[in-house]
Amino acid sequence: MASIDIKNVRKDFGPVSVLKGVDLAIASGEFAVLVGPSGCGKSTLLRLIAGLEDASSGEIHIGGRRVDDLPPRDRDIAMVFQSYALYPHMNVRDNMGYSLRLKRTPQARIAEIVGRAGAKLGLEALGERKPRELSGGQRQRVAMGRAIVRNPKAFLFDEPLSNLDARMREQMRFEIRKLHRDLGATSVYVTHDQIEAMTMADRIVAMNAGIIQQVGTPLELYDDPANVFVAGFIGSPAMNFLSGEARRGETGVALSVGGKAFCTLSQAVAVPEDGRVTIGIRPERIRIGVGAGQVVEAAADLVETTGAASVVHVDLAGQAMKIFTTERLQLTQGQRIPLAIDAKDVCLFDPAGGGRLR
Amino acid sequence: MRGSPRVRLVKWSLHYGVLLLFVVAALFPLYWLVKISLTPNDSLYTHSIDLWPATISLEHYATVIGNSDFLLFFRNSVIVSGVTAIASTLLAAASGYAFSRFVFRGRYWIVGVMLVTQMFPLVIVITPIFSIFGPLGLTNSLMGLIIIYTAFNIPFATFLMQSFFDGIPKELEEAAMIDGATRFKALLQIIAPLTLPGIAATMGFCFTGAWGEILFALLLNSAASTSTFPVGLLLYSTRATIEFGPMMAAGVLALLPVCIFFFLIQRYLVQGLTAGAVKG
Ligand SMILES: Nc1ncnc2c1ncn2[C@@H]1O[C@H](COP(=O)(O)OP(=O)(O)O)[C@@H](O)[C@H]1O
Ligand SMILES: [Mg+2]
Repeated sequence: MASIDIKNVRKDFGPVSVLKGVDLAIASGEFAVLVGPSGCGKSTLLRLIAGLEDASSGEIHIGGRRVDDLPPRDRDIAMVFQSYALYPHMNVRDNMGYSLRLKRTPQARIAEIVGRAGAKLGLEALGERKPRELSGGQRQRVAMGRAIVRNPKAFLFDEPLSNLDARMREQMRFEIRKLHRDLGATSVYVTHDQIEAMTMADRIVAMNAGIIQQVGTPLELYDDPANVFVAGFIGSPAMNFLSGEARRGETGVALSVGGKAFCTLSQAVAVPEDGRVTIGIRPERIRIGVGAGQVVEAAADLVETTGAASVVHVDLAGQAMKIFTTERLQLTQGQRIPLAIDAKDVCLFDPAGGGRLR
Repeated sequence: MRGSPRVRLVKWSLHYGVLLLFVVAALFPLYWLVKISLTPNDSLYTHSIDLWPATISLEHYATVIGNSDFLLFFRNSVIVSGVTAIASTLLAAASGYAFSRFVFRGRYWIVGVMLVTQMFPLVIVITPIFSIFGPLGLTNSLMGLIIIYTAFNIPFATFLMQSFFDGIPKELEEAAMIDGATRFKALLQIIAPLTLPGIAATMGFCFTGAWGEILFALLLNSAASTSTFPVGLLLYSTRATIEFGPMMAAGVLALLPVCIFFFLIQRYLVQGLTAGAVKG
């Protein structure tokens, strides 16, 4: 177990700058999830930690030791690849025991450690099988097993669940978390799936275009996003964004959308000169009906239901908005519905830079 | 398959007819080779052309093995082709791996030069090579042939090996390196076993190339003690006669090592070993 410290790390591939100065401290024992859209540099950052790529500049420390110049084998980390990267010509037991064999661990000891890891992952019956004779979920487990027999300082996961079907993914998500609870090892988990990030992380590191956008607990990112990117990336259905206007009044900042009053914020907010703002509000924070907050009127468009809940698409002064509700509604297209908006659920963003207005 | 039974029958016959035609065309020279090698001398030079001799005899084989330097030529060929196959495959594996996995300065130019060497006919370099090899004592020497064959095999063998390495996901050796292996150990223990089909194919290619080569073998080595068997075969054709019988018998014997070689490596030529390495 060890902390991981990344200091001002940059990575260029030729003229392309993939990581543009990353600073990140991951505490010992923490389960950190790197999340961001495809191509934002998550894998590259993970591979830098593993030593599979060299940083163009900056420092990487694992357990207080600077590792930039160490080859992967001396960094004492384990990695689970998206493709699993199981050795095709070795059976499950040899795949899991390979690292121990390289360390010249006695045969009996290898058998014991591999046996214990196999039992933990439910692989007891599969020891003799080759990777090609395993299902996707089983391969995934073998890859996990290969990592845990190492008893490494840190685990690195690169989208380990993306080749599984939805049901299997849900189960492995749970199992990886449980494994982490048992082993307590520092883990860095890369995914592009914000639901994985939300459900698994102690702390989420949201990345976009080679820059860390925000670091925090899942609920911090959810409730208090630092910018439009994080607000839009975290949460499903995604946060509604409306372009509106803000005007300072006696009772606070009055927001309007398409000339119609939206709500009034009581707290002080730094509003841009021209008053143009992006208003963000989560779909489940909007209530249909007349309530305590301010009321705006919208036109119903379409209802999508999953049984447990429904997403109502509405039109508010020409802008599309989604509402998430567990009520079962019968709405016809164009029907006028009142929406209750609570001012404390509203986030304001700068339409130019995307930063949060506070 | 669709269509009436008759249409299907026609399609079937066409399909197999064409295949049969091809197989017959490809195998006919081999058949003729075997046939003549088994025909006794007295019925060899008759006017009628038979598909199979009335009596068969092994007399030509006895002549070849007992009364000529054939065994010597044969030994030379085995040495030259075997060493060439092993040396070119090892070197090509090393360079193919480098081209497949590393980005390095001059890579582009090296590939270009290797391609260029494949573009001009060997005849034009024979004279310079002869004059270089002479003073070095590499003419009339098996070593000289091995060097030439290896050198000329390497570019193509490298491309061949590179394509096999390209087919192996680089995550495999990355996983091994994280597991504690050096790159070389990962190459030996993880990548090499998966490249066996490629190694076998490359070896087969280099072996057969060297086995049948005659131009350099004839021009660089004039002494019988260092001749390979293609050169030896020419000895059966003298100014006065061509001894078809022994020549064909020697030809059949020369086919054997190639057949044995491919029989040994065919197990590895079967692809699909990497299935299941990657993806769920
Ligand atoms: N070896 C490489 N050479 C050149 N560009 C690369 C290399 N590896 C990654 N990239 C580029 O870096 C960017 C980030 O890649 P990656 O870290 O794999 O993204 P992610 O894992 O977030 O999807 C991509 O645009 C990719 O094309
Ligand atoms: Mg990636």
